[in-house]
Amino acid sequence: MYAQMVKSEASTDDPALLAAFQARIDAGEKIEPKEWMPEAYRKTLIRQIGQHAHSEIVGQLPEGNWITRAPTLERKAILLAKVQDEAGHGLYLYCAAETLGVSRDDLTEQLLSGRMKYSSIFNYPTLTWADIGAVGWLVDGAAIMNQVPLQRTSFGPYSRAMIRICKEESFHQRQGYDLMRAMATGTAEQKAMAQDALNRFWYPSLMMFGPSDKDSIHSTQSMAWRIKINTNDELRQKFVDQTVPQAQYLGLTIPDENLKWNEEKQGWDFSEPDWSEFYEVLKGNGPCNTDRMEARQRAWRDGEWFREGLMAHARKSAARRVAAE
Amino acid sequence: MAPSLSDVMTPDAAALAAAAGGEGRAPLAAGSADHDLFTGLTRLGDTALILGHRVSEWCGHAPILEEDIALANMALDLIGQTQLWLGLAGEVEGRGRDADALAFRRDAWDFHNLLLVERPNGDFGMTLMRQFLFDAWHLPLLKALEGSTDARIAAIAQKAGKEVAYHLERSADLVIRLGDGTEESHRRMQGALDALWGYTGEMFLGDAVDQRLAEAGVMPAPESLRAVWDQTVDQVLAEATLTRPASTFAHKGGKQGRHSEHMGHLLTTMQWLQRAYPDAKW
Repeated sequence: MYAQMVKSEASTDDPALLAAFQARIDAGEKIEPKEWMPEAYRKTLIRQIGQHAHSEIVGQLPEGNWITRAPTLERKAILLAKVQDEAGHGLYLYCAAETLGVSRDDLTEQLLSGRMKYSSIFNYPTLTWADIGAVGWLVDGAAIMNQVPLQRTSFGPYSRAMIRICKEESFHQRQGYDLMRAMATGTAEQKAMAQDALNRFWYPSLMMFGPSDKDSIHSTQSMAWRIKINTNDELRQKFVDQTVPQAQYLGLTIPDENLKWNEEKQGWDFSEPDWSEFYEVLKGNGPCNTDRMEARQRAWRDGEWFREGLMAHARKSAARRVAAE
Repeated sequence: MAPSLSDVMTPDAAALAAAAGGEGRAPLAAGSADHDLFTGLTRLGDTALILGHRVSEWCGHAPILEEDIALANMALDLIGQTQLWLGLAGEVEGRGRDADALAFRRDAWDFHNLLLVERPNGDFGMTLMRQFLFDAWHLPLLKALEGSTDARIAAIAQKAGKEVAYHLERSADLVIRLGDGTEESHRRMQGALDALWGYTGEMFLGDAVDQRLAEAGVMPAPESLRAVWDQTVDQVLAEATLTRPASTFAHKGGKQGRHSEHMGHLLTTMQWLQRAYPDAKW
């Protein structure tokens, strides 16, 4: 899930308006930007879409880490195209958030000052080339699991962005799996890299769905508003059930001694991730939190003269046009 | 007893297969038409590859999201062009090397890219200025290559030319806007222009290989691209309120395999996996 632990707001709006709004959502109608919505709905969505957009932007970094070292021209092109897609997703999502009355610069400022979060998965490092496969297969796989239902979310612009994003994400997942297949069927060293990548990314991927429902405090209101469709545990189970046979096909071992097929529930039993690690990463203590934030802050700071230059030129051109008229 | 079947396997099947793929074949003779063509194609392919690599170093670090997208797009175009140019170079060479073998398994002295494209990225202004000075040459080069007597070259140039027309439009536009932006953006763009100017002359310096390729109508003579480049550069710099440096000094050697110190570091990064795990398929 790219948007984790999104805090929902309490509503203070007129009960009659709220009831009418809820009725529209219950009837499956889409809410569009200029229509009335509860302030809490607006704020929660800004936080969720903004966090998702930030995740796309920060998510360029662990993958971009390998672009200059990609081992073939084709793999380099695939990775470049993928990272470009992530930036594009960030762009549509910022646009969707802007329809709710917040500017992209304001959201960026909140990311860089640490007031808004991005998905904790991007605070893990990409250490070998196989990690690029694992990110596509597992991280994009987990993201898709969450985003497919969000194509039916109640807020129109978010739903439409998700439809487009899901198409590209499912392509990325296939490419990631193809890379893992090449590694898992390659030399002994390649296979070791593939297994190592799975070992390191398995539990962080399970964490992407957020804490267990019994501990998730923000879900109920978001589910009523259809900005969250399934519970965290439902999505996590679905992800494990889908991924285990994919790992088996590759001849890789899921790093969980308790992984066992449960005939009764027709799904896999599996170990919970270490939630204390999850909360530490959220607090800023993941392996790459500092590096990721510094990279984004530096890009923004170093780019200030560029953005200023373009704005100054636009002002001069406008003044010249006026003077010419 | 089972009837005996004739043995179709020869003991040296692997060696035969390698020979059929061209491995072990003698290197092309210097001065031969194929050697010239191979050299010309690696000049095109290596230049696209090294610039594509440099541009891709920006990924995730650009000053604004739209630029991250644009840079990735340009890098992608350049890597795509590399695959075509080096793929054809490998075919012409006929020794079983494909585009990847040429990109990832040659040392610096066998690379024939322009020195301009291996210059480090510097700030975003330096990257943009390098791109503009290059695009203003790349587009007329590809237009000329569309008329190559070698149909394979003409076809690649036609495809690449469509992409590069957009690259030039974008880089020229940004050079104008930043040159005529704030005092700081002007200062940075002028600084980048001054720093890179000495690396532009190499684009127009021909050697014996260029001359023979031009005589055969395969590739244009480098000098022939100068007038169009001058015109584009003068026009854009004027609009950008930037001053064209007076110096005519040109650093050279890249096309002949004599590179700057930066090249070894770039290749170390780019070729590392292929070099560290030579038996792996990726």
